[in-house]
Amino acid sequence: MYNGGKILFGILIFLALVTFPFYNDIGKANVRPEPKINTPEIQKLSEKQCVESQAFMKANHMTLLNEWRDSAVRGGNRTYVASDGKKYTISLQNTCLRCHSNKKEFCDTCHSYAGVNPYCWDCHIAPKGAKK
Amino acid sequence: MSINRREFLKIVGASAILALGGVAIADGIDKDNLEVSQFLPEPGALVAGKWAMVVDVRKFKTEDDYKRVINACNSIHNIPDFGEPKDEIKWIWTDTFEHAFPDEYEQKYMPASLERMPFVLMCNHCDNPPCVRVCPTKATFKRADGIVMQDEHRCIGCRFCMAACPYGSRSFNWRDPRPFIKKENPDYPTRTKGVVEKCTFCVERLAEGLMPACVEASNGAMIFGDLTDPNSEVRKALSSNYTIRRKAELGTGPNIYYIIGGTDNA
Amino acid sequence: MLEKALTGSRRYWTWVLFLLAVIGVGFIFYLRQFSYGLGITGMSRDVSWGLYIGQFTFLVGVAASAVMLVIPYYLHNYKKFSKIVILGEFLAVSAVTMCMLFIFIDMGQPTRVLNVILHPTPNSIMFWDATVLSGYLLLNIVIGWTTLGAERKGFPPPAWVKTLTFISIPWAISIHTVTAFLYAGLPGREYWLSAIMAARFLASAFAAGPALLIILAMIVRKVSKFDPGKEAIQQVGKIVAYAMAANVFFLGLEVFTAFYSNIPGEKYAFDYLYFGLQGHGKLIPLMWISGILAVVSLALLIYPGTRRIEKILAVASVAVFVSLWIDKGFGLIIGGFIPDPFGKVTEYWPTVPEALIVLGVWAIGALVLTILYKVAISVREETADVPKVTELDGIAEAELATIK
Repeated sequence: MYNGGKILFGILIFLALVTFPFYNDIGKANVRPEPKINTPEIQKLSEKQCVESQAFMKANHMTLLNEWRDSAVRGGNRTYVASDGKKYTISLQNTCLRCHSNKKEFCDTCHSYAGVNPYCWDCHIAPKGAKK
Repeated sequence: MSINRREFLKIVGASAILALGGVAIADGIDKDNLEVSQFLPEPGALVAGKWAMVVDVRKFKTEDDYKRVINACNSIHNIPDFGEPKDEIKWIWTDTFEHAFPDEYEQKYMPASLERMPFVLMCNHCDNPPCVRVCPTKATFKRADGIVMQDEHRCIGCRFCMAACPYGSRSFNWRDPRPFIKKENPDYPTRTKGVVEKCTFCVERLAEGLMPACVEASNGAMIFGDLTDPNSEVRKALSSNYTIRRKAELGTGPNIYYIIGGTDNA
Repeated sequence: MLEKALTGSRRYWTWVLFLLAVIGVGFIFYLRQFSYGLGITGMSRDVSWGLYIGQFTFLVGVAASAVMLVIPYYLHNYKKFSKIVILGEFLAVSAVTMCMLFIFIDMGQPTRVLNVILHPTPNSIMFWDATVLSGYLLLNIVIGWTTLGAERKGFPPPAWVKTLTFISIPWAISIHTVTAFLYAGLPGREYWLSAIMAARFLASAFAAGPALLIILAMIVRKVSKFDPGKEAIQQVGKIVAYAMAANVFFLGLEVFTAFYSNIPGEKYAFDYLYFGLQGHGKLIPLMWISGILAVVSLALLIYPGTRRIEKILAVASVAVFVSLWIDKGFGLIIGGFIPDPFGKVTEYWPTVPEALIVLGVWAIGALVLTILYKVAISVREETADVPKVTELDGIAEAELATIK
């Protein structure tokens, strides 16, 4: 093979680099994040239920928030009718974070685990005491 | 099947481009709509065919009258104070007659009181807003009720709207505004560096059935209402006073009217 | 063909490393801008566009000017441009690349750049500018690369390239027209609100671009065995002369309209740029340098006796380029923002980080240009000794004739 040694060496370096995340994490504890929902505001609720079901929120909260955003800012409609017919005021700061006042334990645990960095908090103000 | 390296690379490249493009298009079509959801206006929200404002300059008597109005806006909307003009963010501010109406100013023999009088300035929420016309992402757009709105989530910070606005009503966040906000209002967001912002006629307050913050603080010197309603306060003020608008000759259709009056009205 | 750029003399590599160093410095300062915000520049609430957008505007012109070689060569079959036309096309590629980078570094939220495509807005001229610029980049890469590849093998380029070339002619006009429309359609910016803005843009582009090309052709001739042709350079000199004359004429039209009508708004920007306004006049020296260089270069270019002397042609070309760079890359944008909508004057001057970022982008453009020219020159040097297929036919015919 023409330049065979160099090519094999290059392939080895390449493989070493792309597999870095795997062997770097070998033996490290891999604890799944548990977002905490035991804020005082949530404790007060008789029925501990978010605007939609927990399963839905876990999977789709980002889509829901995008829809909320577009509805409030662009559509001018600031009331959300949930699938159970209950109505909520669309506001990240004043509706979501009123209950989930523990941004660090609620939002950030999962987001850091998943390595995502949503830009919500560049503008929206997190509740006091939970500042990043 | 024989395929040389060159053709293989071509096919790989083309498929990569197609795949990326396809993903982008699919994202655009299927907006991940929720299956069961509905969005409604807030009950009790103030609505109008076209919002407009009349500023009765005669009723601004002391410096405190301006400051109260401007502070009402600044504190609610988390307007930063950089302490220097380069980075300045302004939603509502004052300037002299000469600067507010530069084209009317050649007349040099106007009442001295008028010449010194500060004018309250803000976004004109134009009928034909040049800022909306030029925005490449629809980050700024006109609502059905006439409000020229800014979607900070979508703004790419190209500042075309600032070049297009003939009123200097738009401000850009040249740097992170947060450290310069004296007292954060936790109910309203701040902005981030790299986006353009401006007065929104307090859409968030109208949705709650409240008048814009400046209007509420003005003690009647600023009137806000529906221009399409002949019985509205603004229409009454307009039909009983001579008013002027800033640079109306540009065809923008500004919706802030000024009652100037003279010394005899003071 | 790209492998040709990987072998070169010591001088070639020194130049490439130098460019990489300048790019590196610019990139470091861009990272600073990325984290701090555009406040790192001299721009302000009142002068909200500066050197970045100025460079963009100027370079769109340089890119469009390739058409001044494409029209004579492809449309009128002017053979003397056969060697230089590739230099023009590759210059366009480099210039459009810089244009896009300048737009990108001017964005407050660069990570959201795809919003322009995700939320297409046909009523915004910016949307059309992005569209025509990307199209033009693609056209020139495909045309230049295919022609060169064919030439390397000693064949004429495929027929479809000619179709693309014809498309690229109106396309080149469109990129600069659309760029002029960015400015010319804004109410309340009197300096820009002019029907001849697009025409003026094209005139200055067709002067500045070919002037740069003359300089580049002379450099290429000096550092390599490839000669674009003395006569070709002279012809480009004529193009620069005509275009510069048109540009100065158009500027004169603007000055007449502003000052004879005596409408204050029409005069203010000229006042500020050339004489000072409300006691401000940071740009006065630059603008007068631009004006003087324009007149001098025009005189040197119009008179055939001076234009034919290559050294003088080179000096005149540099003068045209510098004059138009100041006028369009700097004065035009700043002048549009002064006075501001309140009739007040806020001055602008680029900061050091801003200037270094600008230099970095120019270095990227120069690097792209160097690589493309290196490939083109290597191919030309390689094929120079080998007679072309068509020439072979000629020789064969001649031989046949002698036999007969």
